[in-house]
Amino acid sequence: MTGKGGTGKTTVAAALAMSLAGRGRRVLLCEVEGRQGIAQLFDVPPLPYAERKIAVGPNGGEVFALAIDPEAALLEYLQMFYRLGRAGKALDRFGIIDFATTIAPGVRDVLLTGKVYEAARRRDKDNRFAYDAVVMDAPPTGRITRFLNVNSELAGLAKVGPIKRQAESIMTMMRAKSTRVHLVTVLEEMPVTETIDGIADLTREKLPVGHVVVNLIRPALISTPTRAALESGAVDAEKIGAALDSVGLPADAAAGLIDGGMAALHREDLETGQRAVLDDSGRPVVELPRLSGGIDLGALYELAGRLEILR
Amino acid sequence: MSRERPRVVIDNSSRGDRVDVEALLADRGTEIIVCCGSGGVGKTTTSAALALRAAEQGRTVCVLTIDPARRLAQSMGLTELDNTPRPVAGVEGAGSLDAMMLDMKRTFDEVVERHASPEKAQQILQNPFYIALSSSFAGTQEYMAMEKLGQLHAEKQYDLIVVDTPPSRSALDFLDAPERLSSLLDGRFLKLLLMPAKGPARLLSAGLGLVTGALNKVLGAQFLTDLQTFIAAFDTLFGGFRQRAEATFSLLQADETKFVVVAAPEPAAMREASYFVERLAGERMPLAGLVVNRVHSDADDGITTAGAEAASAQLRQRSDADADIAADLLAVRADRLAVSGREDHQRRSFATAHPSVPTVAVPALAADVHDLDGLRQIGDLLVGTP
Repeated sequence: MTGKGGTGKTTVAAALAMSLAGRGRRVLLCEVEGRQGIAQLFDVPPLPYAERKIAVGPNGGEVFALAIDPEAALLEYLQMFYRLGRAGKALDRFGIIDFATTIAPGVRDVLLTGKVYEAARRRDKDNRFAYDAVVMDAPPTGRITRFLNVNSELAGLAKVGPIKRQAESIMTMMRAKSTRVHLVTVLEEMPVTETIDGIADLTREKLPVGHVVVNLIRPALISTPTRAALESGAVDAEKIGAALDSVGLPADAAAGLIDGGMAALHREDLETGQRAVLDDSGRPVVELPRLSGGIDLGALYELAGRLEILR
Repeated sequence: MSRERPRVVIDNSSRGDRVDVEALLADRGTEIIVCCGSGGVGKTTTSAALALRAAEQGRTVCVLTIDPARRLAQSMGLTELDNTPRPVAGVEGAGSLDAMMLDMKRTFDEVVERHASPEKAQQILQNPFYIALSSSFAGTQEYMAMEKLGQLHAEKQYDLIVVDTPPSRSALDFLDAPERLSSLLDGRFLKLLLMPAKGPARLLSAGLGLVTGALNKVLGAQFLTDLQTFIAAFDTLFGGFRQRAEATFSLLQADETKFVVVAAPEPAAMREASYFVERLAGERMPLAGLVVNRVHSDADDGITTAGAEAASAQLRQRSDADADIAADLLAVRADRLAVSGREDHQRRSFATAHPSVPTVAVPALAADVHDLDGLRQIGDLLVGTP
């Protein structure tokens, strides 16, 4: 799940995870930017580098959450694939772990995508997949293609060896039919422009684009007759004032209310324009409402219900 | 139809000090303004608006963006921004405004070309590790932005440089870049990597053998060789890098630099803003204040959310065209009031947690800013001109 900052990417990712966790399914929701956005959303203490159950799905499934920490992921990786217990510590002493996770460009992204790859392929003792689905709260739209594609860069760089094989397997998974990159946006110009650019970038790198999720949709408050009256300038401030007066509100508030109505019309028109741009993107669009009470668990279930189409 | 404009209520006074943006821009002692904050809060627009206003007040300004989404280009109506500052057309007054977008690879190449012999430069530029590092991997841009900022400042062609940083936590890499680079260069890892290229084998202690063995196993010998060749070739440059990185870091702490934290009145963005404010204080970086963009407000005529909702419901009971219109208008008002109430709460929480941070609220505009007029309007709102 990617999206421009401020569009509610983390919320939508969490709602999707809950939606996917129906009927006894197990879903992993992970974040990769060290922001602890999932913990804040579910109002729990900061997530450790461990998979913790954070919610149940609508029909008894389970959602686990994980905040992927690149440093821990690297040590785990070295231990898991190379049994580098002692050498891993030596690497740490030489500042290599720090170098790899904070300084060496790209390695961080490789580790983050690598951990997601590991979780997605992990099997339990009965040889079933540990998770039925993995949802990643991914970096923003402007960086998503480079982030997901980092292993392809790496595969080109490492000509032989385990790194190359690993990087190629990750890219195969990223481009597989079972992977989808969904883009979250709001009906404003810049997020929509970035979404369109993001779709083009992802498509160029053969990364599978899923839905466009239009988040925070405002309720339509202006009826067709009111719109017609406002547009034609036929709204009479005195008559509106009289109506206000009849319900105990100050009549002189009419002018301000009419201004507010005109501004709302203008906003709706801009949104209609942006909706048309998204419709032309060729990707299926799903809309989520702006929930007036803010985001709590109940709100996440409500959004999850609307995201069933993404399954 | 004559009607009195309702008083707009964005309260900039009751929550601690207001950022004196006009004085900040007019002060010739301000040579660098760094705008930071999470993504999607209007940072690029704020940077551009500050830069334009300073230019139109007579200063020689350059605005530098390192955002890959070319948003500055969009908001300034420019179609091409590359690694060279280009004059922005249509700036009024005695000053001037140049804008540039950081081209990571170009900046990196320039550093190599400037500081290495032609032969060595060629060797570095063709190394596969260098090509990947300089052009395609994320994380490099923060280093290069610092490099470019230091460069522009040293050239003294501009008396004010406004920097727009990349969104989210990676903006902190921007702060960390010089420090990290320095510690890397002094670190044992670099020495280790350089060793096979220039050191005798006797230095290879048991511990080192373990490490290079591990690296070979994980990375593959070819990868490690490329990396070593690259680092060895780069060796001569690193001294200069370190010096400049340290100089830039102290420049960020100096009096001529001011940080502006940008946010939107939403929980996530305000949380990030708190994080930035605390972090800047911890690093002794000079903070000018917080800009809260896209604050919603409505006329102050005594109508409350609950009052508007109740009256709207009441008016809908009648079958009367004007009552229906009034009901719709009141529903719009109730919605707006609810929004501004939530935003107000966010701003108050921040002010309570950070009472000493001056703040300025910028009202939401109906449409995105596309041109210089839009930026001027934002500039007016930033300084509080009606």
